[in-house]
Amino acid sequence: MKTLFLALTISLFSAPAFALSPEEQGLEIITEVDKRDTGFGDTQAKFEMVLKNRSGDEARRVLEIRTLEIAADGDKSLTIFDSPRDIKGTAFLSFTHALTADDQWLYLPALKRVKRISSANKSGPFLGSEYSFEDLTSFEVARYTYRYLKDEVIDGIDCFVIEMKPTYEYSGYTRQIGWIDKDRYIIIKGEYYDRKNSLLKTQIFKNYKQYLGKYWRAGEQLMNNHQNGKSTKLLWEEYQFGVGLTDRDFDKNTLKRVR
Amino acid sequence: MQIAKKNTLILFIFLVFLNSSKALAFEYSGYVGIESLGFLHNPLDGAQHNHYLSGVAEIELYHEWDKGSQSIAFVPFYRYSQHDSRRTHFDIRELTWLKAARNWELRVGIRKVFWGVSEAQHLVDIINQTDLVENSDTEDKLGQPMINLAIIQDWGTLDLFFLTGFRERTFAGKEARLRSFPEVSVGEARYEKHGAEKHLGFAARWSHSLGDWDLGLSHFYGTNREPTLLPELQQTGELKLIPYYEMIHQSGVDIQVTKGSWLWKMESIVRSGQGRTFFASTAGFEYSLYNLFETGLDLGIVAEYLYDSRGDNSPTTTEDDFLAAVRFSFNDIQSTEILAGVILDRRSNEKFYNIEASRRLGDDFKIEVEARFFSGAASRDISYFLRNDDHIRAELSYHF
Repeated sequence: MKTLFLALTISLFSAPAFALSPEEQGLEIITEVDKRDTGFGDTQAKFEMVLKNRSGDEARRVLEIRTLEIAADGDKSLTIFDSPRDIKGTAFLSFTHALTADDQWLYLPALKRVKRISSANKSGPFLGSEYSFEDLTSFEVARYTYRYLKDEVIDGIDCFVIEMKPTYEYSGYTRQIGWIDKDRYIIIKGEYYDRKNSLLKTQIFKNYKQYLGKYWRAGEQLMNNHQNGKSTKLLWEEYQFGVGLTDRDFDKNTLKRVR
Repeated sequence: MQIAKKNTLILFIFLVFLNSSKALAFEYSGYVGIESLGFLHNPLDGAQHNHYLSGVAEIELYHEWDKGSQSIAFVPFYRYSQHDSRRTHFDIRELTWLKAARNWELRVGIRKVFWGVSEAQHLVDIINQTDLVENSDTEDKLGQPMINLAIIQDWGTLDLFFLTGFRERTFAGKEARLRSFPEVSVGEARYEKHGAEKHLGFAARWSHSLGDWDLGLSHFYGTNREPTLLPELQQTGELKLIPYYEMIHQSGVDIQVTKGSWLWKMESIVRSGQGRTFFASTAGFEYSLYNLFETGLDLGIVAEYLYDSRGDNSPTTTEDDFLAAVRFSFNDIQSTEILAGVILDRRSNEKFYNIEASRRLGDDFKIEVEARFFSGAASRDISYFLRNDDHIRAELSYHF
């Protein structure tokens, strides 16, 4: 808290040195992050979730996610569950919207039933992990207000430190703090503050790889929950860009037959 | 019997195909389970038992090619039940070839289709026959042979079904609980139409999502899935219920509106051909509180009203009833869930309680427990048969 206050003070005093206010600076940096990730078209990747509890017991889940970039709106994504085996074939379709509520459907293979579900569930855990639904939805600039805090070097990477406050409903966070690599404009670390504004989780992004000579994707993400001592690791593999996915690969008909 | 023959034939063709293309890599998955079904009160009939052990297996073989746009799925199912020869049954839940193109999807074979939105009962869902011996909740279905073409356009999806084989509803045997008195004589089913006409059915469904609205309109013409049960005195002097399957027309509509934490649901049908034309509907909501007290727990509240214009003459038990239920999803590593509900008849004092809970054990096992209690059924009600059939069902399954 003290360091944060210090950081805020420094940024406050250093503000006149810049032409922009910290809010404008924050928005400018995030807009650049977003711009550099624009135009990827579509992706497909597999990931493994490694869930660890306080005593170190592990549980693993294997999933696949397909994403379609939508130019003037949020992305469409389809998540397919492969394990645990009792929920194999379950699939989750989501249309993210920048300003209005997301559209979400869940396919339950045992009943062959597609259920439209409420997207008001932002803060709840995804598959029993330390990731909440809002941590995994596609990033939209318009969903937060920003404030540049300071520069900081972490793990030898020179970063901008930006505070983000969600403007959408039902968020579990009062604010997030993001460390953005100044060179590549990608997120290196995130801190998540709960509704009481105490530190809830920290996420580290590692093993970035560049695709199509432009787009960076982390190979490993680690979310630590400081309040319950649990953690979730995401291990990404088989990242593919330009698969040729279309809207048709993200409709309720496809939801019923994907594996 | 005809269906069984047809199934065997299809199975044979499938196995030949499987054999001839050794290069095909089939993905397999499924589960095996053991079930305990225990009743709290002594049976009405001395032939019935208080406890039944049973085993179940369902395997899915799946292969896709052509970049996933073509696939074959084969899902055989088998349950063995102690004391209950009718519940011991085999079924091909699925044996389908699928071809998906940009604006259409074609499916040929045996499969299951679900339509609808409500929780208490599934009125519009009519394609498949109910596998009533599998579970009295009517959620389990027998595989239905069909040709299904889905036309996918901007204005929604139009599904056309040509149903090519009628399946009789399964009913519990003499030694089983959860059955009617007198028992249903499955072997003596009667039909309004015979031959091909009995077996063939047609259905169409338009469905679309428009903003917060998910809409479905459907029509079905074919042999009714829900037989009228005719009491008949046998030559032996024994009274039996003979299932009678009429040809019916059924039109259905289902709507869900999703607003924030509220899901508003409605489904309605009009059916003609089974006695006088009637109307039935289920309408209600599901409201959820997510991540309660930041524990990850979701609490859902479900309320639905069930109506049937046939009133007390309705062969169902839900002619003027309310469902109230709570759903707890713990969102823990074991995916623990509890659903507890009651269906109350608004006019009589009849109540049906249902509690379902499930939890994963380790990575591959799952335990499910269902408890069902019947109370207050008057002697003229259908559910009066079930007055002693309060039960607890537990199933432990291994998934692979």
